[in-house]
Amino acid sequence: MVTETTVGPNALHKLPVAPAGDVDITLAGLDALETAVEPRPPLALRVWSATWPKLGAVVIFLLLWQIVVWSGWKPSYVLPGPGEALSDLGNRITTGNFWSAAARTLQRALAGYVLAILIGAIVGLAVARFSLIRSAVGSFITALQTMPSIVWFPLAILLFKLTESAILFVVVLGAAPSIANGVISGIDYVPPLLTRLGQTMGARGLKLYRLVVAPAALPSVVAGLKQGWAFAWRSLMAGELLVVVPGHPSIGSDLEDSRQLLDTVGVLAMMMTIFVIGVLVDAAFNAVDRRMRARRGLLLTQSR
Amino acid sequence: MTAVIDASAVRIDNVSRTFGSGSHRVHALDNVSFDARPGEFVCLLGASGCGKSTLLGILAGIDQPSSGTVDVGGRRVGLMFQDSALLPWLTAGGNVALPMKIRGVPKADRRSRVEELLALVRLAGLADKRPHELSGGMRQRVSLARAFAQEVDVLCMDEPFGALDAMTRDLLHDELERIWRESGVTILFVTHDVREAVRLGDRIVLLSSRPGRVAEIFDVGLARPRRIDSPDVAALAVTVTDRLREEVGRHGH
Repeated sequence: MVTETTVGPNALHKLPVAPAGDVDITLAGLDALETAVEPRPPLALRVWSATWPKLGAVVIFLLLWQIVVWSGWKPSYVLPGPGEALSDLGNRITTGNFWSAAARTLQRALAGYVLAILIGAIVGLAVARFSLIRSAVGSFITALQTMPSIVWFPLAILLFKLTESAILFVVVLGAAPSIANGVISGIDYVPPLLTRLGQTMGARGLKLYRLVVAPAALPSVVAGLKQGWAFAWRSLMAGELLVVVPGHPSIGSDLEDSRQLLDTVGVLAMMMTIFVIGVLVDAAFNAVDRRMRARRGLLLTQSR
Repeated sequence: MTAVIDASAVRIDNVSRTFGSGSHRVHALDNVSFDARPGEFVCLLGASGCGKSTLLGILAGIDQPSSGTVDVGGRRVGLMFQDSALLPWLTAGGNVALPMKIRGVPKADRRSRVEELLALVRLAGLADKRPHELSGGMRQRVSLARAFAQEVDVLCMDEPFGALDAMTRDLLHDELERIWRESGVTILFVTHDVREAVRLGDRIVLLSSRPGRVAEIFDVGLARPRRIDSPDVAALAVTVTDRLREEVGRHGH
């Protein structure tokens, strides 16, 4: 049967609303059978099940450290035990100096990271979008990424002397290539079907990028951001050890000071600080990553 | 805007499409001509290599014919894929809203329209589900709702039920037929399945492969609603299958 009415453009504006009453019971039954609801464990349980393995690992590590100290391999003024280092750290965190040093370090890290994101995103987009730029600089990005950031410091110190700018310069150079690579591979791996779909819906240019390409590329971009942070943090630590800006205490310069004073306890306390910051940032990235995967159905339900 | 009243909603006239050049030249479509009346349900039936994806790409405006013309008289053409191609980062509702977002429909209007369209495909209240939480059949219905959100007049469907189990597919045939009748949309439906073509189509365009050509056009004169397992459907399917085998057989030697 063919409908009698002649259909003009946009006939679906007058598309009838829901089929009232005659709900197809079989279809509803199939739908119900095929969408199983998975119960989610309560928050406290989830937090605990994520935390205890980490706590266990820390306890085992501290225990091993203590065993090495007990073995008498090094005299205790050279290698103190975890108890001493932890209590020194406990004392430090009550001082204002510790917090202002930590604040300066984090502020440097953040400034460098944000600048690296900006530069990395622009370069990444340009490489992904224009094949000429890709063939010109595409392979240099990875080469740049593999260069240890410490080799930039002689140049940075000559250019900027012992200043904040020297540190910023190296942090940005350390992080930007990873971020650019994340953007490039993210865009390269967008399924062509999704791009095609966006185009058939009338999305072109910036709109296509904003609504389809960017979200599709997001997982790889987040991976690049995570790696970029790791590079930024490493570069910053190297920088703070080498470039001590007079009157600007930081985590790295405190670490260097402790070494010069032969204060091993202080060195260990500052290293624990660096480690804790690393763990916290990693946890934040993992939370974002998990959330993203859960939304996209890429998370296996954990068997307990 | 004046309504376009025309004898055909889609007119495909001597369309050819070649890819590559020289000895690597591939003829995907060779002088394909047929048309679809407004509100007609046309099934395109063919084996692999009949150029159906190429043809749908041209119809949807994301590819151009090498020669020949396609005339849709200013109608909006939507495309639906075998894979539901839902965006995994959006909810079912978000997916349906996407074409409206692209067109710049205000948010409040989008929301009410999404509810209407999901109700149309019998998924009311599931707007907040994510694609991975839905079954294959439900995803295809979301995809159908999304195609309608483009306010299409012509809907091209590329083997939309090919990956579904038989029971779901039969139910979706009924659903699609209902929505097609209520909306008056013109449908071009690509399939490999002869019975599916006979079950759904007003006409069946049989395409030969490599290059894609129109081998024959069948009129399906059977009364609706039809059942895929009825003797009438089976009888016509036998005729069409024989003709299809004849076409495919020509490539065996």
